[in-house]
Amino acid sequence: MRELILPGTPGRSDTGASPRRPPGEGAPLSPSCCTPAPQPCCAPSAAPGPEAGASSCCAPPSRPCCDPSAAPGPGAGAPSCCTPDPAPSCCAPSGASSCCGPAAPALPEIPGYRRWHFVERFLETPAGPVPVVKTRLERPDRLGAALVRLGVGRGDYRVAPGLYAVGSPGPESPVLATANYKLTFDSLRRELSGLDAWLLVLDTRGVNVWCAAGKGTFGTRELVRRIGAVGLERVVRHRRVVVPQLGAPGVNAREVKAGSGFRVLFGPVRAADAPAYLAAGMKATPAMRRVDFPAAERVKVGLVEFANERKTLAWAAVAFFALAGLGSGWFSFARAFTGLCWGMGSLLLGFLAGNVLLPLLLPRLPGRAFSLKGAEAGILAGAAALLAGLPAAGAAGAWLGAVVGGSWWGMHFTGSSTYTSPTGVEREMRRAIPAQAAGLLAALALWRWGLGW
Amino acid sequence: MNALRYIEGVATLRLDESLCTGCGTCREVCPHAVFGHAPGKARLADPGACMECGACALNCPEGALTVSQGVGCARAIIHGWITGGPPSCDCGGDGSSTCC
Ligand code: SF4
Ligand code: SF4
Repeated sequence: MRELILPGTPGRSDTGASPRRPPGEGAPLSPSCCTPAPQPCCAPSAAPGPEAGASSCCAPPSRPCCDPSAAPGPGAGAPSCCTPDPAPSCCAPSGASSCCGPAAPALPEIPGYRRWHFVERFLETPAGPVPVVKTRLERPDRLGAALVRLGVGRGDYRVAPGLYAVGSPGPESPVLATANYKLTFDSLRRELSGLDAWLLVLDTRGVNVWCAAGKGTFGTRELVRRIGAVGLERVVRHRRVVVPQLGAPGVNAREVKAGSGFRVLFGPVRAADAPAYLAAGMKATPAMRRVDFPAAERVKVGLVEFANERKTLAWAAVAFFALAGLGSGWFSFARAFTGLCWGMGSLLLGFLAGNVLLPLLLPRLPGRAFSLKGAEAGILAGAAALLAGLPAAGAAGAWLGAVVGGSWWGMHFTGSSTYTSPTGVEREMRRAIPAQAAGLLAALALWRWGLGW
Repeated sequence: MNALRYIEGVATLRLDESLCTGCGTCREVCPHAVFGHAPGKARLADPGACMECGACALNCPEGALTVSQGVGCARAIIHGWITGGPPSCDCGGDGSSTCC
């Protein structure tokens, strides 16, 4: 069974429950993927004052708002379920009113589609109805964001690409391009509160603008294709599209102009600056153009590593257990457990050093190379191992292990940072990895020695 | 943010001043103010801050800029070493892994 996905319909349940995305490259398959809701079953005008949460209740995927046989008639057609008539239930043909409550918004619905909770209503445009999104984040958004930060469902946290609206945009309203990573989409719509604008969401396979631009998925071709697919030239009279500046590594403004007729204006780096940028007549100040990397952001991206490295940590635990257990008497479970505790303690200290302490202290740790800064953080964090009352060799091994771990994960933090050049990273890696390997061997030897035989 | 600087003198960014017409596009797209903010012909005011994102070279209408574009991400580089391909944070596609 194949499911169609439109802007305004989720590719998946956004709390991470069940993936409902069609197989394949993630992009919706049908031609309708790019044109917003071809045939809403209710007239968009019949969508007064939607309330939070109502939509999800009214639109279970399996329960179309209209009796399928009552077919999505154009506009005012399908009467029984779609009329904004006080009799509530858009979702229950036989009047299970509890579902929607009396204030049920008569949002358009299509059999087989489910609408995202953040879609407020639909806006008629010459290129078809366009979902208008809320500018206030709600519980599902926050929950989804929290889960994604923990690594649950990341890589599949996306909205359907296409055209969306904020406020009540018209033919002269600005068009802002963005990625279909839902966190990116959410932060943009939140910042646009009170404004009227079009959001052109490109298919970046659920990756943020910067990473996607580096890979070329947020790029010239996709932008040109998407502009054509949503019929942007019929929706707006001007020929300008604002691309976030961090999309510039993937977007060649001249080629976009040649391919689509639209002029690319590079907007600010941060979504938060978008209103000021628009208010200034699409002029970015130098400060808006600069990437920064504040402490809160650094720590946030560092924490993501906890989820990323689950597997590595699990394998390390197995290795510690086996290495510690083996010895005199073939295998000692008691020693294996002790070794596991020491080893994982040391590893976690290194992990904290590289992914929490280093991000926090980034500007303060001496040196430039992240592997060096990470080792410094490891020296600090590893001191905890010296206080744990282990035998001397074990303590030294645990401490050294934390230093190596800090260096290793610190080096990997380059990928989360906003200012490291690939040439520089490669250079530091060529120097650091041999040192890390030697340190790791020494730490393991000390640790194993400390455990006794 | 001056405290956040990476290894200097390694970036592969090159400017051919003879080709530059001073259109200012590079200044506009660079996220690290490598070209400074002064108008006129492009000048590498702070090449040490370049992160080799490639935005300037891609958008320079005169082809006056070259840089070996890439992601400054250790995981991506290891991935490149292992697969023998170009460095790539294998993010996005399969949804299993992380993005840089
Ligand atoms: S984009 Fe190219 S031509 Fe324009 S100022 Fe920069 S280097 Fe010169
Ligand atoms: S490659 Fe990126 S960081 Fe380097 S100068 Fe060009 S735009 Fe700036």
